[in-house]
Amino acid sequence: MSDMRELYQEIILDHNKRPRNCYVMNCANKSADGHNPLCGDTVKVYLRIENGIIEEISFQGAGCAICTASTSLMTESVKGKTVEQAKDLFDEFHHMLTGVAAEQGVELGKLQVFEGVREYPVRVKCATLAWHTLNAAMKGEEKVTTE
Amino acid sequence: MSTPMPTTTRAALDVERIRADFPALHQEVHGRPLVYLDNAATTQKPRRVIDAVSRFYEYDCANVHRGVHLLSQRATVAYERARTTIRKFIGAADSREIVFTRGTTEAINLVASSFVRPRLEPGDEILITGMEHHSNIVPWQLLCAATGAVLKVVPITDSGEIELDRYEELLSDRTRFVAVVQVSNALGTVNPVKRMIEIAHARNIPVLVDGAQAVPHARIDVRDLDCDFYAFSGHKIYGPTGIGALYGKREHLLGMIPYQGGGDMILSVTWEKTSYAEPPHRFEAGTPNIEGAIGLAAALDYLDSLGLDAVAAHESELLETATAAVLAIPGIRLVGAARHRAGALSFVMKGVHPHDIGTILDSEGVAIRAGHHCAQPVMQRFNISATVRASFGVYNTIDEVQRLVDGLHKVKEVFG
Repeated sequence: MSDMRELYQEIILDHNKRPRNCYVMNCANKSADGHNPLCGDTVKVYLRIENGIIEEISFQGAGCAICTASTSLMTESVKGKTVEQAKDLFDEFHHMLTGVAAEQGVELGKLQVFEGVREYPVRVKCATLAWHTLNAAMKGEEKVTTE
Repeated sequence: MSTPMPTTTRAALDVERIRADFPALHQEVHGRPLVYLDNAATTQKPRRVIDAVSRFYEYDCANVHRGVHLLSQRATVAYERARTTIRKFIGAADSREIVFTRGTTEAINLVASSFVRPRLEPGDEILITGMEHHSNIVPWQLLCAATGAVLKVVPITDSGEIELDRYEELLSDRTRFVAVVQVSNALGTVNPVKRMIEIAHARNIPVLVDGAQAVPHARIDVRDLDCDFYAFSGHKIYGPTGIGALYGKREHLLGMIPYQGGGDMILSVTWEKTSYAEPPHRFEAGTPNIEGAIGLAAALDYLDSLGLDAVAAHESELLETATAAVLAIPGIRLVGAARHRAGALSFVMKGVHPHDIGTILDSEGVAIRAGHHCAQPVMQRFNISATVRASFGVYNTIDEVQRLVDGLHKVKEVFG
């Protein structure tokens, strides 16, 4: 049970219940659909990027608590950041989840709450689906899967 | 399976003794005794099956149908004896009607390629149902794409049953084949396949039954069903993975072209002309899964020794108890509430995704399946992306049902 509290921290449960930036963005200039074929979860990420800066980000969809909370927290974390900073953040986040030592010393902030997911290898993709989708959108790709 | 068993048979199964036969059940996961409720995905194996496979490799390992030496003879006898065991188990008349395959999936692909494909003209129709596993959808989609045939789908009701009226209407003068699942892996629904076969046969349309989820839970008699083809997998009935069987009526198999070419499926090979072996060997190209066939036969013998009726009664008691107990938890809704169900219980919990339920139950030692169960059209039918599925086997107990229920209460604690 205590293990479960480590995985499902309050902030994750909160963002799962009340996801932030969860809306269709009509003025988006980039977007991508992410799909986890393993579980059927899908997320669409919308971006408005001006001069290399993520001015606005939103999403629709998602699935389990880990996936939904990760998507919601991601939107909060990258808003106002440059595309390059967002990519560095993804790298650092990915390193945390896969147990590979971080290289760049990027501050993860609230994203640190997902550290517990590392103990659940089958759930890592739940936490990274949104990030893969963001990455695809920033690169101008329209679709991405976790497989 | 479709009617409740008399209560007198319920005491016939000594479940504790049965559990002792399955080594994998006696372990802890995350510090808790394992409760294995993912039997629709695959079952655990009894010692007898494990020993049969080991014995083959320790004493009888040789190729079949070719050597004159003793080991090859023993391997061949054991392999062909396994075919006879399967024949008896499903009530077929002739062992030559049993083809070994890798599993249900390969059996369906075999029928699609060797029986149905040569019969198809553009515009012809193949009829399946809305509750098929991907293995009974995709082979037909591939076939339709290659031939210009059209795949038709019988809709299912809100309670997860086939709409029989629609089934009859959809059987047209262009329908060349019907493929239907006997027990839904995603919903547990038991379909009235015997009736469906009668209806199709009245129009001279042959029928394949996907029995992957049916054979572990009830006595199957292919002659009573009068199906043209019947497919099932070994690993869902306490046998090894990578082995399964296709039953096909002799008159059909005799007229069918080979599925794959290779050794062991020919009479003679020359540059000018190759002639094929008789069924079933015509459909078993290459060195087969010999130990798998032997292991599967051991599994069927084991199940027979327990008594299929007693097994079915025990499992239906587990399913009834679990259904009532799970439904008593606020916020839980059954997905598929058919009148006749077997083996599996599929449900969703308000506000909690099945994957999160799966992880929390796992931390409590309870193994269930969370996901779309390789039946995405079924999920789409019910406007969900996934369900939690608890599926039962001969070794499960009422105490384990309680562990599932306790685990679901933990889920509610975590998610508030």
